[in-house]
Amino acid sequence: MLIPHPLLGLRDAQEFTYLGDAALLNRPDGMAEGAEAAFAEYVYLRDNPAGLHRELWFHEQGDRSWLVVTRDTTTHQILGAELARDVKLKGGAA
Amino acid sequence: MHFSGLRVIREALTGHKGWKPLWRNPEPQPAYDYIIVGGGGHGLATAYYLAKAFGRARIAVLEKSWLGSGNVGRNTTIIRSNYLLPGNEPFYEFSMKLWEGLEQEFNFNAMVSQRGILNLCHTDAQRDAYRRRGNAMLLAGADAELLDREGVRAMAPFLNFDNARFPIKGGLLQRRAGTARHDGVAWGYARGADMQGVDLIQNCEVTGLRIKAGRVCGVETTRGPIAAGKVGVAVAGASSRVMAMAGMRLPIESHVLQAFVTEGLKPTIPGVITFGAGHFYVSQSDKGGLVFGGDIDGYNSYAQRGNLPVIEDVTEGGMALMPMIGRARLLRVWGGAIDMSMDGSPIIDRTPVEGLYLNAGWCYGGFKATPASGYAFAHLLATGRPHETAAAYRLDRFARGHVIDEKGVGAQPNLH
Repeated sequence: MLIPHPLLGLRDAQEFTYLGDAALLNRPDGMAEGAEAAFAEYVYLRDNPAGLHRELWFHEQGDRSWLVVTRDTTTHQILGAELARDVKLKGGAA
Repeated sequence: MHFSGLRVIREALTGHKGWKPLWRNPEPQPAYDYIIVGGGGHGLATAYYLAKAFGRARIAVLEKSWLGSGNVGRNTTIIRSNYLLPGNEPFYEFSMKLWEGLEQEFNFNAMVSQRGILNLCHTDAQRDAYRRRGNAMLLAGADAELLDREGVRAMAPFLNFDNARFPIKGGLLQRRAGTARHDGVAWGYARGADMQGVDLIQNCEVTGLRIKAGRVCGVETTRGPIAAGKVGVAVAGASSRVMAMAGMRLPIESHVLQAFVTEGLKPTIPGVITFGAGHFYVSQSDKGGLVFGGDIDGYNSYAQRGNLPVIEDVTEGGMALMPMIGRARLLRVWGGAIDMSMDGSPIIDRTPVEGLYLNAGWCYGGFKATPASGYAFAHLLATGRPHETAAAYRLDRFARGHVIDEKGVGAQPNLH
């Protein structure tokens, strides 16, 4: 798989490590009401869709940036990649 | 139709005209007491034990494709009970005991072959960990032996004992482990269930779960709605998709695991051998092919096929362990979609929806668990209580902090 890095162009997926669903960018507030349940859900539960999936890849053997990659889990086709930083500053992955 | 040596001789003398299909191909009835979603190894075993061991009737297995078309026909056929943790080991040892009596039990040749599994260790620390694991296995009633370097050499002289980076220091041997014919297991359970009156309905995909007032009352399928008293879901690989129909999110990611087989060779490898310094394991099928595998690809996937980097990684592991494997030609590579759970251990439990039960999260170790998984799931469906060996496999263990993390890597499914 080739990942279209927004700064570096097409890079081999082997240079990256995979974390999981980009919803992990939306960390719950640890001080809020019901934080315990919210964290259990955040840490352990996943949508795990068959189809389009927004997910976090780390360019470990490259520029060490985190990307949000949009990929189809039924075909492995990659439809786009953004810097996770930009996604987070825009308000998260949801 | 009972299989026996006498029967084979009789059929041979009469032109093999007496053999019949192993199961019926019934139309779905409008209602059943029990519906098992998923006609793979675990679903078929569940239906079999539900009918045979627990005496339940009006059971249907719904399979979206043909029986055994998923992971039961894609795995590397290893059976073993060499786990460490108390939540796991008694369950897998229960499974091992069921394997040992399986062929007599369902009167079908599943080619269960207890040729042993040898886990190699390459450091002193790893040997200590194996000694501990071996003791945990003995405590649970399984068998385990710690071999030294010369013991390993006597068993498998072809391994690379000159590897300076990863010297072979010894290994943990479970002699009762081995392999089984994966399709034969599915067929044996299917035939056994059918003989008990279970309806095995193929090409019948579940498209919805009917839930009224928090209670399941049936399923929608591509062959029309079917009412049910209890519904058991055993669709590892696609668990999240099916349970999403009940509005549930699971502690599971679907991943792709690849497996490999070479051309047929003369008998070479005595049992199952695993490399302790990388992820590589190998056995030899009765047909002679070297069957091997390693890590999952590591990203969410339902594609049932993987990519080349993992193929390279697995074969590198093979070359490091036994350089002679480089002379064998690879015949096939294939992939299956698997449930990777958040702690690497499975789930056999009821759900918040009354009458809806879940059997999921088998990671890449579901095949060896087939008999015990079926038995424990049937126990849960029939009695409403978990089987004693599967009591730790609760769905809510994550939120409660009672995870069963053999590898100790935390909630990162692609590392288990």
